[in-house]
Amino acid sequence: MNCEEVIQELSNFIDGDLDPALKRELENHLKDCADCRLIVNQTKKTIEIFCDSEPVELPSDMQSRLHDMLRRKFKEAAR
Amino acid sequence: MPFRIVNPAPVLGHPTKGEEACTFVLCANVNEGTIGAGLPSGPEHFLSTPNPHRLASKVARGDEHLLVAAAKSGDVAAFEELVNRYEHKIFRLTMNITRNREDAEDAMQDAFLKSYSHLNSFQGDSRFYTWLVRIAANEALMRLRKRRPNQFSLDEPVEGDEDLMPRELQDWGPGPEQRFAQTEMREILSSVIDELEADYRTVFVLRDIEELSTEDTATTLGISVPAVKSRLLRARLKLREKLNRYFQQGGAN
Repeated sequence: MNCEEVIQELSNFIDGDLDPALKRELENHLKDCADCRLIVNQTKKTIEIFCDSEPVELPSDMQSRLHDMLRRKFKEAAR
Repeated sequence: MPFRIVNPAPVLGHPTKGEEACTFVLCANVNEGTIGAGLPSGPEHFLSTPNPHRLASKVARGDEHLLVAAAKSGDVAAFEELVNRYEHKIFRLTMNITRNREDAEDAMQDAFLKSYSHLNSFQGDSRFYTWLVRIAANEALMRLRKRRPNQFSLDEPVEGDEDLMPRELQDWGPGPEQRFAQTEMREILSSVIDELEADYRTVFVLRDIEELSTEDTATTLGISVPAVKSRLLRARLKLREKLNRYFQQGGAN
């Protein structure tokens, strides 16, 4: 497996979707290729950072409008 | 406001791999109401987060399925508790897809309205949140397509012949995100995701942030599974490269 093939399979590797033989090939390549190791690790880190990011704050005026609107709907539905 | 279902989110058949994984990651993000996160279910935990928009529900906050069941039987307080629980995350989702506050608010409102009026079609064989995400993603996508009709391709894989091989290969050092204050980091993430093309951004948001499965992402976006995979790979590589500008050791930040 060469570097380009590693990049093509990068997502499948990260997601654990590679078949075992291909996974072994990729891991063998990573042992000897610092560049690919760096890319794999930084891509994993990228995903992790976005996943761990705090949700944006819902502005209080938006929150009020959402709940006011829902309560109007609840009342309409109750009629 | 009158509304109609244009593209209702299909009911999911079974829990997905993504849902399993997402419980842990999302729990770290959620300000309130993590599901099954070890909260005691005693009355002291009823609606304990301060929020001016709360009605008193009789259902403990840890029990999402009970909240859904109560909401289905007409307990509007139970439905509003579900809204309280997920409104921040649904706003993050609609904001991440539309990148426009007005559209994000409209999409969020309509997502909750539709989930309320179609609650009886929710079978309970997936997480309520996953079902809600799909409705909200559809609402956000409709607005994105309306505002930027040429920026989102529906059914064609974005393959391209471009060389995917990354060129920026600088060391980030350990914990690169920790070199930034939380607000600064939030701005960086917002900025880099804003720069990403809509095709890539929506797939990344649904797969990696909301942790939908590849299949659910494909269904939600109306594209093929290979297209999801192709776009996700490109999205991840592009985001890595954009973050590299901030994280490279000794680089400009």
